[in-house]
Amino acid sequence: MMEVVGKFLRSLTQQPWGLWWIQARRLIRIEVRRNLFTWKAGWVYFLAFIPTLIILIHLSVDRHPAFAISEDTSVLAGIVQLYYIRLGVFFGCLGIFSRLIRGEMIERSLHFYLLSPVRREVLLLCKFVAGCISAVLLFGSAIAADFALMYAGFGAAGTDYVFNGPGLGQLEAYLAIIVLACLGYGAIFLLLSMMFRNPTPAAMLVLGWEAINPVLPSLLQKLSVASYLRHLMPVSVSAHGIFALLTVETEPVSAWAAALGLLLLIIAVLFYACYRVRTLEIRYTTD
Amino acid sequence: MNDQIIFENVSKFYGEVLGVNRISLSIPPGITTLVGPNGSGKTTLMNLMTGLVQPSSGRISVMGLSPVNAPELFCILGYCAQFDSFPRGITGWQFIFDSLMLHGMSEAEAVELTIESLERVQLGDAAGRKIAGYSKGMRQKVRLAQAVAHHPRVLVLDEPLNGLDPMARAESIALFQELGRQGMHLLISSHILDEVDRISDRVVLIAGGYLVAEGSIQQVRHEVQEKPMQVLIRCDRPALLAAKMFSVNHCVEARLHADGKGVFLRTGDIDQFYSMLNGIAAEGLVKMESVAPADDDASAIYQYLIGSSGGTS
Repeated sequence: MMEVVGKFLRSLTQQPWGLWWIQARRLIRIEVRRNLFTWKAGWVYFLAFIPTLIILIHLSVDRHPAFAISEDTSVLAGIVQLYYIRLGVFFGCLGIFSRLIRGEMIERSLHFYLLSPVRREVLLLCKFVAGCISAVLLFGSAIAADFALMYAGFGAAGTDYVFNGPGLGQLEAYLAIIVLACLGYGAIFLLLSMMFRNPTPAAMLVLGWEAINPVLPSLLQKLSVASYLRHLMPVSVSAHGIFALLTVETEPVSAWAAALGLLLLIIAVLFYACYRVRTLEIRYTTD
Repeated sequence: MNDQIIFENVSKFYGEVLGVNRISLSIPPGITTLVGPNGSGKTTLMNLMTGLVQPSSGRISVMGLSPVNAPELFCILGYCAQFDSFPRGITGWQFIFDSLMLHGMSEAEAVELTIESLERVQLGDAAGRKIAGYSKGMRQKVRLAQAVAHHPRVLVLDEPLNGLDPMARAESIALFQELGRQGMHLLISSHILDEVDRISDRVVLIAGGYLVAEGSIQQVRHEVQEKPMQVLIRCDRPALLAAKMFSVNHCVEARLHADGKGVFLRTGDIDQFYSMLNGIAAEGLVKMESVAPADDDASAIYQYLIGSSGGTS
């Protein structure tokens, strides 16, 4: 056993990590540029910042008495859970991550990467990291802006809530949730885009799966991104009517277990995506 | 390291559709041209040796490297593919510079090689413009520049002369010949048979996914024994020469040249034909200016082995 572990560690040290690092930096820079600075990314910006615009209007139009802080805190939690996690980040990641492989096959430009001296697994993981950076930058800054605008109207009471109360902790939790949501949905959509010519129908199935997840047995609930994120929410959201479909009620799990569970799910999905990319063929005429 | 490109009994099926079947080839350094009609399997062979598709059976080795070993293979190989598409919103400079940076070289080195490759294809002035605004010929050139930028030892070019104007075509051919002289492997697919004649050391004829013939054009022509070879002889008395040659039974056809100062002769035995011709020349009855084979070119062997469909000259 020790010998096997030793051999594995030796083989790890013999890998060209320096070259991979250089290649990764360049690949990520290229991909982030393509994800964020093209006209086609416009609708992802729209998805990320539309709540920000609404909160900005709320800030400038509505009055902000100090007792309304808890109500606005619940509204913000609802925006994160009902909009960002279930719709905004979901569809944003669908757009960003399905472009990484499938989009390049549609544009017939993926072969340029496959003809470069880069291991395909390195290429795939770099594309994933670039997608995550792009999504986290967009949605993370949107959440931070939402948070700032939500409490800006409360003046001293708002400042006190943020810096001396639970405000900053909640912001940290929201940002962590957004990072995990981008990682989770990103990995799933990257894989789906490699498996299907049009990943959108499969993504709709994932959306449906996430919606019915609360009524599934607890084992199946673990195959859901939103169910893990639910346990990390700093403020619980109770929804009624149609919105109840967008909230998740699962058995209680500690935050670290939820984060670890989601990370394991992401690793498993990426592992399978790496396996698939090794045998990926360029046949644009049939794609 | 092995200096050959080797296909060992390679087959590729796309589902039930045949790409190539049982191809065995050993390609030495120099310029090798793949010739065949559309859909014959030329691009499939190139994609197989660069790992863009995997063989259904058989083995491929490029200078001793497997096509699945991308990190090592693409340090020595450049592929100018036929796909006329590029990453969105990218300039000619970025396209080449980014690809060089993926080799792990320093920025200074990548800049130097980018400039060199762009100048090699006379695209230096347009480097800062977006590729989307390039003409077809310019896009072809920038693909070629990207393929040669890292100084590969094997260059695979799929229809590299498509879309180029005559001047650019001549420059590209001169570049290929220069690279071939430097001992590089150049594998070129082309349907422009006149140019195949000018640049190729070897041809590989392929039709319907099957290897039809391979070797130097002259070698392949010699192997097509069922088609008598045609020789043009410029001389002062073509009719007399034709009559004398016809007395030999392996001469099967004679046709006077339009200007009356030459004759095309077809023979089933070229060695005996030349020996006979030497005898006639020695007799002094006919003064010969020149003797030249008239159908040992790519166009002729294409016509003989594959037929007229799909080939243009």
